[in-house]
Amino acid sequence: MFGLTALELARIQFGFTISFHIIFPAITIGLASYLAVLEGLWLLKKDAVYVELYHFWSHIFAVTFAMGVVSGLVMAYQFGTNWSHYSNFAGSITGPLLSYEVLTAFFLEAGFLGVMLFGWNKVGPGLHFFSTVMVAAGTLISATWILASNSWMQTPQGFEVINGRVVPVDWLKVIFNPSFPYRLAHMTVAAYLATALFVGASGAWHLLKGRNTPAVRTMFSMAMWLVLIVAPLQIAIGDAHGLVTREHQPAKIAAIEGHWANKPGENVPLILFGWPDMAAEKTRYAVEVPHLGSLILTHSWNGQIAGLKDFAPQDRPDSTIVFWTFRIMVGLGFLIALLGVLSAWARWRGVLFESRNFQRFALMMGPAGLIAILAGWLTTEIGRQPWVVYGVMRTKDAVSNHSALELSATLVLFMVLYTAVFGTGIRYLMKLAARGPEQFGGHFPAPPPETGRPARPLSAVADPLDA
Amino acid sequence: MGIDLPVIWALIIAFGLMMYVVMDGFDLGIGILFPFIRDRVDRDTMVNTVAPVWDGNETWLVLGGAALMGAFPLAYSVLLSALYIPLFFMLVGLILRGVAFEFRFKADETHRPLWDKAFASGSYLATFSQGVALGAFINGFTVSANAYDGGSLDWLTPFSLFTGAGLIAAYALLGSTWLIMKTEGALQHRFKSITRPITLVVLAAIAVVSLWTPADHPEVSARWFSFPNILLFSPVPVLVVVTTIAIQRVIRQETHAAPFGLALFLLFLGYTGLAISLWPNIIPPAISIREAAGPPQSMGFTLVGALFVIPFILGYTAMSYYVFRGKVKAGEGYH
Repeated sequence: MFGLTALELARIQFGFTISFHIIFPAITIGLASYLAVLEGLWLLKKDAVYVELYHFWSHIFAVTFAMGVVSGLVMAYQFGTNWSHYSNFAGSITGPLLSYEVLTAFFLEAGFLGVMLFGWNKVGPGLHFFSTVMVAAGTLISATWILASNSWMQTPQGFEVINGRVVPVDWLKVIFNPSFPYRLAHMTVAAYLATALFVGASGAWHLLKGRNTPAVRTMFSMAMWLVLIVAPLQIAIGDAHGLVTREHQPAKIAAIEGHWANKPGENVPLILFGWPDMAAEKTRYAVEVPHLGSLILTHSWNGQIAGLKDFAPQDRPDSTIVFWTFRIMVGLGFLIALLGVLSAWARWRGVLFESRNFQRFALMMGPAGLIAILAGWLTTEIGRQPWVVYGVMRTKDAVSNHSALELSATLVLFMVLYTAVFGTGIRYLMKLAARGPEQFGGHFPAPPPETGRPARPLSAVADPLDA
Repeated sequence: MGIDLPVIWALIIAFGLMMYVVMDGFDLGIGILFPFIRDRVDRDTMVNTVAPVWDGNETWLVLGGAALMGAFPLAYSVLLSALYIPLFFMLVGLILRGVAFEFRFKADETHRPLWDKAFASGSYLATFSQGVALGAFINGFTVSANAYDGGSLDWLTPFSLFTGAGLIAAYALLGSTWLIMKTEGALQHRFKSITRPITLVVLAAIAVVSLWTPADHPEVSARWFSFPNILLFSPVPVLVVVTTIAIQRVIRQETHAAPFGLALFLLFLGYTGLAISLWPNIIPPAISIREAAGPPQSMGFTLVGALFVIPFILGYTAMSYYVFRGKVKAGEGYH
């Protein structure tokens, strides 16, 4: 298809299915913690507005959770079907970590999700709050296992290669590998930010529609507080993450910056924009700020970083792509921080709930967090190339021996299916968000009286799909 | 160390797979029976009988996949890459089925038939693909240098197509007997009359597979037809016939749970027969669980979590089936 090789098609297939998947867990992680905060505030302040918001957002949480489970099923198999040489080589590490993720999710779903979604009228407030907190903790633990697994592929340690296969010798080192704490913090905070932007956009939408109610004001205000405080924190975490990457994956940083070579004693400029040309080994049309690259990447005025030419051509990631995906992520990050600052200003002026221009901006920023997450993952995964396990196994040695034809056909089918199925799911989510918290005021997701059944996440939501 | 990790993990994975086959088997069976039941209210009743439990059932499949990768990386990589196309269609079928399951309750009257079709065709596709994968698994795989070395269509044989069709009959039997247990009146009567021919089809399918497999594979033939094995294993086929006759008998009378129990037993016998044929191989025809085992550091590490969580899951599953015991009536509002 389009002259792509089987390897490229396998990578696109993995990228496509995991990009679709990550949207749902990211919102699930954020909403679970948000719901725990809402319920805590309700118990503390006994203000009915928090119950209203809890029920509104627990409906949306149920749908994203269900979508995450369905799209996650594919991921559990793709390592074997498409990356069989990787699985045989490093399944001894990835397999146990993913097993723990599944066990955690299983445990969480079995125990607390049912109580959280269906137990409002059945158990006491303390136990219900506990269940919500456990679900929130469960989503974070799940994320921890997945990120440990991914981080090990980025900065592997704690293993030996024996008879051509990875043998874990120190699980603590495997899990707490150098990039893991930074990736975990960066991704968790990203999930919180993406969720806050989604909640904020939904609040802005209702305000713009003239539904200036206590619940809408509360959720809009809470979302903007989170953005104001957490967006700068995320920039700091991202900076620390970058320093670790420079130390352990210097080629990735060079590709991100479109930086080809150093001159002795000279500082590294920051290339704001440009077009890294892999064949010509230079970055065309570069707009540079002197010293800024040194300052950001080495935290010193004249520090140097490795250039792409320090690596053999076959060891270089594609700078053209990661240069831009990184700038999309960072650009959105600063826009998000700007939204937070503007919200503080609007709040101080007392026009947070009145300024239509600010609300339009908040509405537009609704998907910004998710787009930034996708751009960030593209950067870190493509930046790891040509390695699947950095410095240990190359991606071309990891892929299964399928033909380009097979992979094209399955990729097209995946695209059609995902668009139809998850397109419907996202449309349904939008519809729920558009209804607003008041609509859920008297509609607690309680089990129907006759049967008294707990059930699956999506049955917590009674809304029709069409109409 | 006295713990035989490969055997423990083989048992855990075999157990998980059987939990999946049994529990998602009757969910999928309901989709398979959809074309035979046209009435909307009846269809709602059918789906309502599994609504509280079906998504937990599917989780066993995810756990099986992850555990196989952790415990037997070689088997995970060879089996999944060899079965790429059938597994791909299985996933497509499961996604269609799962999402259609939820959305048919939320769709309006004009869209509902579309979701019903997606539900039924997803169930057929997932089941047939699983059956084909099973047949290809029995046939075995070409492996060299720790990797699958066969063609991309090696799974496609008359035998695997037959097992695909056979599994549709087997899941239909689980579905129809489950529904005998969970429904009443005219609808239950329909399922009783459907169950009788399905039982015979399943018996025929088991018989054909039982003869076809040893005919194709001398090592399987030697396993079954050598002395004293032939005596030791003879209860399996005998019990298959006895169970089939028992199902035919009980459904003529006033009965509820017995046919489902017997159908489960029939499936368990088939599973046992398969285990006898293939043990101790995890990649037929030649790679055993020991050869495919991952390092003990991986198996031991994961075992801790599995031993902690799996009993909890089993307890919870038993509890939710207990809570949802009894008949589901037409129009009983679950949604």
